[in-house]
Amino acid sequence: MVTSITSFGRSGLSDWLVQRVTAVILLAYTIFITWQLVCGTDYQQWSALFDQTWVRVFSLSALLSTVAHAWVGLWSVSTDYLVEHVLRIKTNEFLASRANLLRWAFQGACGIVAFYYLVWGIQVLWS
Amino acid sequence: MLQVSIYRYNPATDAEPYMKDYQLDTGGKDLMVLDVLELLKEQDTSLAYRRSCREGVCGSDGLNMNGKNGLACITPLSETVVKSKLVIRPLPGLPVVRDLVVDMSLFYHQYEKVKPYLINDEPPPAIERLQSPEDRAKLDGLYECILCACCSTACPSFWWNPDRFIGPSGLLQAWRFLADSRDTAEVERLADLDDPFSVFRCHGIQNCINVCPKGLNPTRAIGHIRNSLLAAAT
Repeated sequence: MVTSITSFGRSGLSDWLVQRVTAVILLAYTIFITWQLVCGTDYQQWSALFDQTWVRVFSLSALLSTVAHAWVGLWSVSTDYLVEHVLRIKTNEFLASRANLLRWAFQGACGIVAFYYLVWGIQVLWS
Repeated sequence: MLQVSIYRYNPATDAEPYMKDYQLDTGGKDLMVLDVLELLKEQDTSLAYRRSCREGVCGSDGLNMNGKNGLACITPLSETVVKSKLVIRPLPGLPVVRDLVVDMSLFYHQYEKVKPYLINDEPPPAIERLQSPEDRAKLDGLYECILCACCSTACPSFWWNPDRFIGPSGLLQAWRFLADSRDTAEVERLADLDDPFSVFRCHGIQNCINVCPKGLNPTRAIGHIRNSLLAAAT
């Protein structure tokens, strides 16, 4: 059975709000990085840019936003498609009978990948 | 000559559903799809479908016609037929009882969940609960829903989660009672909707608006519910 226990905020409203707010942060960060690249940059300038604390904080907020945004989105995808009745129509009885296991495995894999990128991103930014 | 292909399934005799082809001479008239079904039923009396008022009021004959949901009784052939071909299927996403007849239990269950009736814990007045013309106007575009299920069965979120997502029709009715000045259960109604599935499975693809035979806008109603949830929580 699909429950909300693995959702981000356990409430539809908080998940929805998290996805909107993180989307705005990601949009702002995308524009910022694109602008930097379009204006032309070499290694020295790029390094100097990321030496500034506010850029690191902005980058970290974008990284955290990516994790939260991806979790809410992929949780929705997994609870839409990796459920018993959908798998029974789209695949076969074998997979349908293992729907919960598949969904948890998918969510677990998403969680591990998100955590890996988060730790790696913090290392890159602050070391 | 109109080529009509109809989804057929009789669980008592058929191992699985199949499409059956019919030919019909419409005499050049722009018939409604329901008229076509009536004429085909004269050819093949085993064909099953629902119908009642035949004028877009009862909501019985919601069907999928050439890929789009609508009411057969108010859908003219000129609006749906492509290259003299008409494919008629039951409303998607609901279990088929027989041929074009679907089991609406899941749809009605979601409707029931929104408590589609006025709740007012104040003592009833001597005659009736009055409403200003402005407050009454807020119900326009909401109360007209005839529960034909065309919108909910056109919604992929309802296909994937028919047991948890209330669906556009039920949510339109949820907002119809949230918006009613005579209703006093706003807090309880909103609390019942604040889970990740009931409202928030709507991703705004707007199939519901595209197919509603009454021209209603469930997506806008869902937006109002979201805003109300946000206002109540902040």
